[in-house]
Amino acid sequence: MDDGVVAAFVFVGPVGDAGWTWAHDQGRRHAEDATGATTLFVENVPEVAEDFRAVVVDFIENEGADVIFGTSFGYMDPMEELAGEYPNVVFEHASGFKMNDTNFGNFFGRMYQPRYLSGMAAGAMTEADQIGYVAAFPIPEVLRGINAFTLGAQRVNPDVEVHVTWTFTWFDPAIEGDSAAALIEAGADVIAMHQDSTAPGLAAQEAGARWVSYNSDMSAFAPDAFITAPVWNWGPYYARIIEAVGAGTYSPGAYWGGMDDEIVALAPLAADVPADVSAEIDEVAAQLIDGSWDVFTGEIRDQDGNVVVADGETMEDGAMLGMTFFVEGVVGSATP
Amino acid sequence: MSEEALIGLFVATVQFGTLVFLAALGELIAERAGVLNLGVEGMMAMGAVSGFMVGLETGSPWAAFFAAAAVGALVGGLHALVSVVLGADQVVSGLALTIGGLGLAAYVGRNVVGERPETLFTDLGIAGLADIPWIGEIFFDQPPVVYLTVLLGIAGWFVLARTRLGLAIRAAGESAPTTDTAGHSVMALRSGAVMVGGACAGAAGSFLSLYMAPGWVEGMVAGRGWIAVALVIFGAWRPGRLALGALLFGFTLALQPRLQSFDIELLGVEVNRISPALLGILPFVLTVVVLVIISWRYRHRPSPAPAALGLPYRREER
Repeated sequence: MDDGVVAAFVFVGPVGDAGWTWAHDQGRRHAEDATGATTLFVENVPEVAEDFRAVVVDFIENEGADVIFGTSFGYMDPMEELAGEYPNVVFEHASGFKMNDTNFGNFFGRMYQPRYLSGMAAGAMTEADQIGYVAAFPIPEVLRGINAFTLGAQRVNPDVEVHVTWTFTWFDPAIEGDSAAALIEAGADVIAMHQDSTAPGLAAQEAGARWVSYNSDMSAFAPDAFITAPVWNWGPYYARIIEAVGAGTYSPGAYWGGMDDEIVALAPLAADVPADVSAEIDEVAAQLIDGSWDVFTGEIRDQDGNVVVADGETMEDGAMLGMTFFVEGVVGSATP
Repeated sequence: MSEEALIGLFVATVQFGTLVFLAALGELIAERAGVLNLGVEGMMAMGAVSGFMVGLETGSPWAAFFAAAAVGALVGGLHALVSVVLGADQVVSGLALTIGGLGLAAYVGRNVVGERPETLFTDLGIAGLADIPWIGEIFFDQPPVVYLTVLLGIAGWFVLARTRLGLAIRAAGESAPTTDTAGHSVMALRSGAVMVGGACAGAAGSFLSLYMAPGWVEGMVAGRGWIAVALVIFGAWRPGRLALGALLFGFTLALQPRLQSFDIELLGVEVNRISPALLGILPFVLTVVVLVIISWRYRHRPSPAPAALGLPYRREER
């Protein structure tokens, strides 16, 4: 027990968003229960250096925070600065890539793994062989998710097409819901997504289509449409860091954990997913967890038919983190 | 493009058009009275959150709609108090309303984020007419707010163009001293127009949170209030042109996701390869184009903008 540790979390959105920030807050609660540490948090902190600084300095000076978790990409540069100014405080940054040797590390999860599994479920559930994907921004993280999802869908359904619509939003329910509606009108009967709102699910339910949500198990929002979701599970990682800080054994790293570490997972499947598909998903999940197989294992071709991963080879982390293409079977532009 | 997809495009056009038209109609009324209100975004957010909360509490979308209008009018009243009664700068007061309204809405709604009301607006399906192919689904199977907005637009035009009250409102926007001399209270006319404008913006916000994107979450207005402000300029301060502009803006909003799903070639250009990011700025580009056209066409005549727009009026400063 590290009763003395005070862990402070800086959130970019409201904890009630049912998405990204909600998932981080669940992680905070888990870590508090698991370690006995005191946890603090502030919601809706903009990705503006001055705002972020003010919150963090208050946490350190007035609340005695020992470790700061920043949960949005835009906090990266001020975190780097603050880590220099407060060498006795640990800074951990989600989704970034900067770090130092003493008190500043970053962490993220291999969301593409459960996305692949969710793609398998979606591929089994589509009757039209057309899945609509409401995509956020054309960055590697999103492209990787779409590709993994598509490869998973193709595994159980070789004829499937994944139609991508870009919204250029992380959170704009009106556009995201309408984009899902448009994809359904165009023939898709399953909707997947990468934003933080539930609007695509509501649109799918309204149209009698099915839905793969993201971030958290959103089944309560559209129970008839919900199939499953690739979800974040930050708790165990937060608990590990807090324990290391308490024990004085912390050393920073660039952590990119997978399903083996439980930082990413697949939400429970809807009851009507066929049993053989469900069993195959469990099988693949076991391979992902024991490390015997990973998603971007060849042969994989891009949209133009060029081989991007040769047969039997597995893509390196660096190539995955810089992914800029769509795999064969995705309909839409990777560079909109 | 399939028939269903094409119908869907126009159904969404009407709905996005309604959303921005209702908010822009309110802004047009305020501006015709001489008051620029840049707080539309904030008033819409307040309407969205308060409408959603009342809907959650009462289960009645209409109670929610009118509560949102009332809250919008109150928030608009703040702008009237500061900029009309106290004569402060309208731009500053309006911007403060947007920033403050967004923040206050986030605070008020912090406990209902992610909740879902039992009752939302549903499509009306007007008997007989809704079954007509094509136009039935586009024009006669929309939520009631769409039809109410059409009526409000006609009423707004009628009052402004055909009644003594409308004449007085327009006079307040052209020349406050003249209106004052004619025995009308500029303060009452302007404050009233701003509050009616706020009511429209608030109501539009509830259309968003109770129909278009059911639920409340911070940031959900997402710039539609600014589109409404641009639309008033696009419509050259006339309700009829405003309606045309709203449909055009609604069309670009509805086109944004749909264009990507289809292969459309127009004059040898693959239209669906146009970046959706670029498409998103189209309403604002169109507004600038219209501004240029207006200033060219009216280079020898007074501009269609209300002459006293943005100018505070104090009797003793005449």
